[in-house]
Amino acid sequence: MTAAALSLSKIVAGHDGHVSISDVTLAVPAGARVAVIGANGAGKSTLLKTIAGELPPLGGQMRRCATCARMGYLPQSATVDTRFPVSVYEFVAMGVWNHVGLFRRLGPAVRQRIDAALDRTGLAALARRPIGALSGGQLQRARFARLMLQDAALLLLDEPFAGVDRPTREALMALIDGWHAEGRTCLVVLHDLDLVRQRFEWCLSVDDGHAQLTPTAELLALRPTADGAAAARHAFLRDALRA
Amino acid sequence: MSWLLDPFDFAFMRGALAACVALSLGAAPVGVFMLLRRMSLMGDAISHAILPGAALGYLAAGLSLGAMTLGGVAAGVLVALAAGLVARRSALREDASLAAFYLISLAIGVLLVSLKSRNIDLLHVLFGSVLSLDRDALLLIAGIATASLFGLAALYRPLVIECADPDYLRQAGGPGALVHLGFLLLAVLNLVAGFHALGTLMAVGIMVLPAASARLLCERLDSMLALAVGNALAGSIGGLLLSYHLDVPAGPAVVLSLGLIYVVVLAFTALRPRPILTSEVTA
Repeated sequence: MTAAALSLSKIVAGHDGHVSISDVTLAVPAGARVAVIGANGAGKSTLLKTIAGELPPLGGQMRRCATCARMGYLPQSATVDTRFPVSVYEFVAMGVWNHVGLFRRLGPAVRQRIDAALDRTGLAALARRPIGALSGGQLQRARFARLMLQDAALLLLDEPFAGVDRPTREALMALIDGWHAEGRTCLVVLHDLDLVRQRFEWCLSVDDGHAQLTPTAELLALRPTADGAAAARHAFLRDALRA
Repeated sequence: MSWLLDPFDFAFMRGALAACVALSLGAAPVGVFMLLRRMSLMGDAISHAILPGAALGYLAAGLSLGAMTLGGVAAGVLVALAAGLVARRSALREDASLAAFYLISLAIGVLLVSLKSRNIDLLHVLFGSVLSLDRDALLLIAGIATASLFGLAALYRPLVIECADPDYLRQAGGPGALVHLGFLLLAVLNLVAGFHALGTLMAVGIMVLPAASARLLCERLDSMLALAVGNALAGSIGGLLLSYHLDVPAGPAVVLSLGLIYVVVLAFTALRPRPILTSEVTA
């Protein structure tokens, strides 16, 4: 049996005293690619923020495996100040600071890693541009490149494809596939259920204040031709799983 | 050439020149980060907050450099922290909170200074006395500039990360609060140095104006830092020369020169064709 990368036991998540989701008990297998699905406002981002340590859990216990202490989190809304005068290269290089330290110079090996991340995200030609010159999709690629450099074993991505075009989405999804192939655990909040069906072997469905981790194939077996609104599907999945 | 060099035959002008060079090297780079962190208004509020602290030092120990400096630093840090706290914990936005603190600080400071001084002292406190700095004051300003450069070098990488993407440093486990406090301390120290030379009303000028001029011209942070120091040096030395030749107060002349550079750069960049950014093409 695969060891758990992340274990939640009776987790209660919320903020400002308001409970969004409660009694979350699950174990995410190491190396799993998990789609976090649910309607808007269901508590997906709150749960992800709690796992990322952005919000303290209101109850319960959370354990990460030893390697998963190296965690990367890509929040839904970027707080990037695009008027700040740094180049794309410098922005992406921020991903290595917790390996390099705050004072050491970037050595040749580290620079190679930065170049490789820029290359894999298709930003090599834009490396010297100021970040303010990037489009929304290019900025998201830069955030992915920076995340890549964090070399995290557990990756938490909150709606990473929001507001990006199809080619960018495909390119970013290919990066997630690459991380999965490298054995990294990925939790990705998504609304595109076709993408979930095709590329994610686990679903963490969040609905009605609860969350359930299920193999995607198992969900599909429950309703192979499922289409339609996300909310209806989640309600169906919940009912089917409780039955 | 004699117009440029002769004024510095006088010891008081050489002292003022040394102070301006030290302030340019120490305060201008801190001013760049203050501008980029959108803290220019906070800098102004802190510089006014220094006044009551320095005035308390003055009341307690007379014209003691150490007492006024310590009082100024303590009051500056206190107001910087209090303004941030009020903005977070009350319905007021930070600009309103800063304006309130700035007005209260200035009023308390002027009242305290008036208790035990003549109008001439008050003018010195408000507008500085860069032409009459003694050896101890020069050493203090030079010491603050040195500490500031080392401090900024130590904070540089996390400060850049925090400015460019405020949440990222925290998410990646960086010392965000420490960086913020460290930067506030650097800002307060430089404002106290500026207070001794240029007075409470002008101290922030040598931090923000050179940074604003540099920002209009530079796309890169390293060149912006270098140009801000250059602007500060040019403006402050120009101001000293203006003050000497036109017989006008030195502090306002220095800040006016810095302001003149800013206005010229602003006009130049406003007339220059704007580069087309990728984001505008692809949007």
